[in-house]
This record gives sequence, C-alpha cells and structure tokens, in this order.
Amino acid sequence: MSREIIVNVCMDTGGIASGSLEVMQAFEDEFKRMGLTASVEKHCKLHRVGCFGFCARDVLVNVTVDGVCTTYQYIKPDMVERLVKEHILEDNPVSEWQVDEEYEEFYRLQKRVVLANNSKIDPENIQEYIDIGGYGAIKKILKGMSSTEVIECVKASGLRGRGGAGFPTGLKCEICARHKEPVRYLICNADEGDPGAFMDRSVIEGNPHSLIEGMSIGAYAIGAHTGYVYIRAEYPLAVERLNIALQQARDKGFLGNGIHGSGFDFEIKVKLGAGAFVCGEETALIASIEGERGMPRAKPPYPADKGLWGKPTIINNVETWANLPPIINNGAEWYASIGSENSKGTKVFALTGKIKNTGLIEVPMGISLRDIIFEIGGGIAGGRLMKAVQTGGPSGGCIPQAHIDMNVDYDNLVKVGSMMGSGGMVVLDETDCMVNISRYFLEFTQAESCGKCTPCRIGTKRLLEILTRITAGEGKKGDIDLLLDLASDVKETSLCGLGMSAPNPVLSTIKYFRHEYEAHIHDKRCPAKVCRKLLTFFIREDLCTGCGVCLKSCPAGAVSGTKKNPHRIDTSVCIKCGACYDVCKFKAVLKE
Amino acid sequence: MEAESIAKLESVYSRYIEQEGNAISILQGIQDAFGYIPEKAVGWFSAKSGIPESKFFGIVTFYAQFYLKPRGKNVVTTCCGTVCHVKGGHRVQFQIHEELGLPLDEDTTRDGLITIERVACLGACSLAPVVVINDKVQGRMTPDKMVRQLRKLREKKP
Repeated sequence: MSREIIVNVCMDTGGIASGSLEVMQAFEDEFKRMGLTASVEKHCKLHRVGCFGFCARDVLVNVTVDGVCTTYQYIKPDMVERLVKEHILEDNPVSEWQVDEEYEEFYRLQKRVVLANNSKIDPENIQEYIDIGGYGAIKKILKGMSSTEVIECVKASGLRGRGGAGFPTGLKCEICARHKEPVRYLICNADEGDPGAFMDRSVIEGNPHSLIEGMSIGAYAIGAHTGYVYIRAEYPLAVERLNIALQQARDKGFLGNGIHGSGFDFEIKVKLGAGAFVCGEETALIASIEGERGMPRAKPPYPADKGLWGKPTIINNVETWANLPPIINNGAEWYASIGSENSKGTKVFALTGKIKNTGLIEVPMGISLRDIIFEIGGGIAGGRLMKAVQTGGPSGGCIPQAHIDMNVDYDNLVKVGSMMGSGGMVVLDETDCMVNISRYFLEFTQAESCGKCTPCRIGTKRLLEILTRITAGEGKKGDIDLLLDLASDVKETSLCGLGMSAPNPVLSTIKYFRHEYEAHIHDKRCPAKVCRKLLTFFIREDLCTGCGVCLKSCPAGAVSGTKKNPHRIDTSVCIKCGACYDVCKFKAVLKE
Repeated sequence: MEAESIAKLESVYSRYIEQEGNAISILQGIQDAFGYIPEKAVGWFSAKSGIPESKFFGIVTFYAQFYLKPRGKNVVTTCCGTVCHVKGGHRVQFQIHEELGLPLDEDTTRDGLITIERVACLGACSLAPVVVINDKVQGRMTPDKMVRQLRKLREKKP
C-alpha cells in the first residue's frame, strides 16, 4: 500500500463526551486487526485533532486518502470496521455516513482565521503546527521587525480585544510599551467564565501553539519576558494540552532564554483559576495571580500602567492572542479587509441553545444575525419560533427577533442593549420565559459578586429577590419600575465590570419583553409556560392511554388512576415538578 | 497530626514556598494531597510559613474550588450554564437530589459515596444538559438517564 491515508478524529471535550476516545480506539484496533499496523506508522496516520466546530454532529471524522478528504458524521465505534474496510482498503467511501449539504452550509458563510487549523493538526504535536507554517510569524518579527513595527501592524489591523468591551489591542500594547518601568508582564485571560461560551477552551484544546506564538509576539512588542496564562480549572483537557504544548515549545527553544535563536527571552507560566467568575475582570485576575482573593480594584490606574506586582501589564484573552500570528503572517491590510467599519477581523461564537446546528463558528464581523442563526445555525430546532438571542453571557442582554437583520459587531451589540462579551450566543425560542432567563442570570451574578462594593453585593441580591418573587407569582404593581430604578443604580455605581453589567439582562428583557413581566405580575401567568409556580398540570382524558408512566414518575403521589383508564392529577398535592409532562409519550399531560 | 499527613504537607511546602503569590497554589497543593482542606493542615502551614491563617481561610472561602469538608468517593457535577438551564438542566439536578434523598442545601450523601456539585459552565454547551461523573463529561442528560447513572455508582460500592 503506497497511498497516503490520514484519519482525523475530533477530540475536544465535546467530541470526547460524544465518544471520540472510543472511536479512536476502534480505529487503532481495526488497523491492527486488518494488519495495517506496519503501514500505520508510515502511510496511514491516525490523528487526534481539535474541535471541527459542528459539535451537534459529533463524533466527526475526516478520512483523507491521497489528499481527498471525506468527512463523516455521527460516527460510533461499531461503524469503524466498515469505514476501514470500504473506504481505506477498498477505496470506496461510505456515502450514507458522509456529511450532507447542511454540513457544507454550516461552513459556507464562516471565515476561519483563529480556528483555521483546529481540525487539521494534532494539538499535542508541535511538529504538525510547525509543518503548516506555525511559529513563522514570531520568527519573522524576531528577524526583521522592531517592536514598534509590530505594534503599528497590530494597530493598523484594527484588532480589538475579544474578551469583552473591545479595547483596541494595538493601543493597549503601545501604552504598555511606552511605559518607563522596564519590567512588564503579559497575561492571557483563559478564565472563560461566561456561561454559554467555550471558544477559548476550543482554541487551547485544538491549537495551543497558536496561543503560545501569539503571546510571544505580544511579549516582543511590549518587551515583556514573563507571561502568564490564567486558566480555569474546570477545563482539565485544555490545561493538559497547554502544559504539553508549553513543554514542547521549551524543548524546541521556542520559549526560555533566547527564543528561536534570537537574543529575546520569554517564558510562560500557567496559573490555575480556582473557580471565581469575577476573576475574569482584569484587576481581580491580577490579584488572583498574586495569590490573593480575586477582588477587583478601582481603575485607573489601568493594568497597562500598574498591573501584576505593580508593573505595567497587558491582558488579553485567548482569542485575541491567537489572532496575532495570522495578522503578522498576512499583514494588517489583509486583516483590516475583513469585518465592518469599526470591528475588524473575525469573531468566534459559541452558537448554542434552541438551534439546529449547535457548535463553534467563526464569522467575519458585521455579518447579520439572520445569517448566523438561519443560514449557519439552520434555524430553530423542532420547528418552533425564535424569540431572542442572548449574547455576552451574564453581562450581555437578550436581542429580540425584531433585530434579526442587525449586523453583529461591537458597536451594534451595545446599541441594542447587549454586548460582544467573550462570544457566547444562546438562541432562545418561544418556550423560553424571559423573566426566568433574567432571573437565571441574576442568580449567577449575585452568587459570583465578590462582595467588595455595596451596589453590586446588595443591589444584585435585591434584584434577584424581586425577580424571584415575580416568577413565583408574587409580583406587585410597581415592580417593573423598581427593577428599572435599581438596575440603573447598580449599573452606574458598581466598582467593576461585573456589577456594571449585571443589570443588563434585566434591562434588556424589560425593554423588549415588558409584556411578559406584566403577564407574570398582573395576570399571574407565565406566557412561555416555564415558571412552575404559575402553572397547573392536568391530564387530558381523551389522550391518556392509562399506561401509568406518569403515575410512576410522580414524586409527590399526585397522579392517580388504574391501568388502561385515564389518569388524573390532584392539583392540591401536585408540586409542579413537570416530571409527568416530560415522560408522557402521548402528549396527554398539559400545563397551563 | 500524623506523620503521613505531615510528610504530605512538607512536600507541598517545599514545592511552593519559594514561589511568588503562592497562597492559592499552596492550597491547591493541600487539596490535591488530602482531597479537601483540613483546618489542621492550614494551622500547620501557617505556623511554618508565617502566613496568617486568616489569609488562607480568606482564600478558601472566596473561591468555589476549595472544600473545608471531605468529599464523597464519587463526584457528580451538574452544569448550570445558560444552555443547560434552558434545556432542562434544573430537572436533572432536582432528580439527583430526589434519587439520593439529599436535601437541596446538602452536597454529600451520609455514607460519603457521592458528592454533588454545581458549576457555572463547563463549555460543552452543544451537549446540554451536561453532567460530569468522576471527570467523565456526559452530554444530553435526562432525569431518567441520571437515575440510571447514580444507581450504577451505588452498585459499584464494595
């Protein structure tokens, strides 16, 4: 056999949870069994790679024979035998397991810069990154660019921080580089705490060397010799792959003294987060690296002026750093040609929720929300109606269906009352209650508030209490005004970004879905039928077959009835848990 | 304290004491060695290093990752992220408490077999609702599937 065969299996957290470890093992076993072992080393490569992006179709497998790549979806270990036999041995791809048009459609409007190599290279093998041109950008600048030229290039590219408010990255570098204090630090914020966001995790799991290279470029630009990656302990696989990558880079002389044979020293240390959302705030993150409670402090002075150990420090998130190598490689003009007027380049979004094609997408800035949700995302799952898109996590807001044609970039998102945040995009449909969503986020921010400043500590608590009351059917006249009043106070007077943005989910849902609040407060009704205390469960006799499943599932003993006869629910005993509703196969249990 | 525990602490001490900003790393080291943060261990460390106990406890109570009580043999983590929330994660949680007979404000079963915890987001949103059972991420969880998994954990008990 002289053909070149490459099998790539998606092995990020999502892929592994869907069973990719077993699929990988099945390939190995099958190769051995078929006597391919001898050729496996030389001509037939089995690869673990990062996230393909289309997580809803996991496990995804790419089989490449002589440069022709075929992608298979929903692969299970027991399907591997046939794949190896028919595709690899007989050169006859298994057409019914291949991805369909919808898969192509998912990628059609995407533009992959940061994620470009995620599904191509083994994240635990530095050589593969080098083979596709990796570490070329840092070598290029070490050879022939001054730090000022690098900063000018980043500035001209128009890159803005991908972790939140979108501060221009080049400008941040410049402020830090101009500082008279010679010792500077560089930090990568990989404490991706926003619920519903996982792009940083995917970059580290799929292509950790792109982060190392990006940070090296940043370090050279500002003249820093030590960098830190502050990463969530909740991402064990990402931590493991990052540590492997760092060690490989050190062994190659890409980190340490005189990197890449130059006179420039740079080392990266890893700091594990200990589970505090507020540590995503830069001054809190710095306190945490210093080994303190992760509490933010007032700004200014900004970290670029006085940061880690009191020295000028530059902080960017994973995606921002990972953008630097392609910018250096392809030039600022190329980067600035992608995107909208004030938001250049691409943005990675975690597209999830009530959408057909969930996954990790990378799109040019300025793409319309409609394209993201209906073209890439394939629309709402289950044929239901879209209600809103939640962006920016607990700091962002809900954008209603009415704004579906808006162009997504930093400024437009702020205009509609949300924000870019780190890029979570959770699609909500008609069965989601907006008051409940707003309560959910307040529950989160209230628990994560560090407690240092009063508006955030007490304000979020009171907001949560009011929202809880409303969802429990105990809302009072005037509650909406009270919420608006309190929310604006918390927003204006909190110390850090957490408190300043915590009321956003409340404000945006009241702005666009006030009628839902009113229905809860005045009519004691939850229009989306989510808030349990406002619901009544009952069984439609004409639809009930008397199978008894609901009776068994009821934890309160509220369901009664005999086999094959319609059952009924005693509303005075019912605890409204919804178990019967979930288990009924005949849609005989109704809630109102 | 027993000699074995002291040996563990000595090893953590020598590993981290030279590092700048080491308090969190020290506590992570202690927790790795003992599975939780025993109060006595903090006392020992404080006496040896001169770092006040209050500083350690300040950190322990600030970060979600530190535990002052021993944890169960098995750890079941439910994700409370946005997507898990809208896809019915709370029903899975409710079912766990129900099945284990655990009040909503407690986290470890009496026999120390199972500890349940919550995390804000695991970043595996495409598979929501997500549960982690002893470091293995399991997606598209339902209350029924959860009950089966919990029963499996119980059967494993010697």
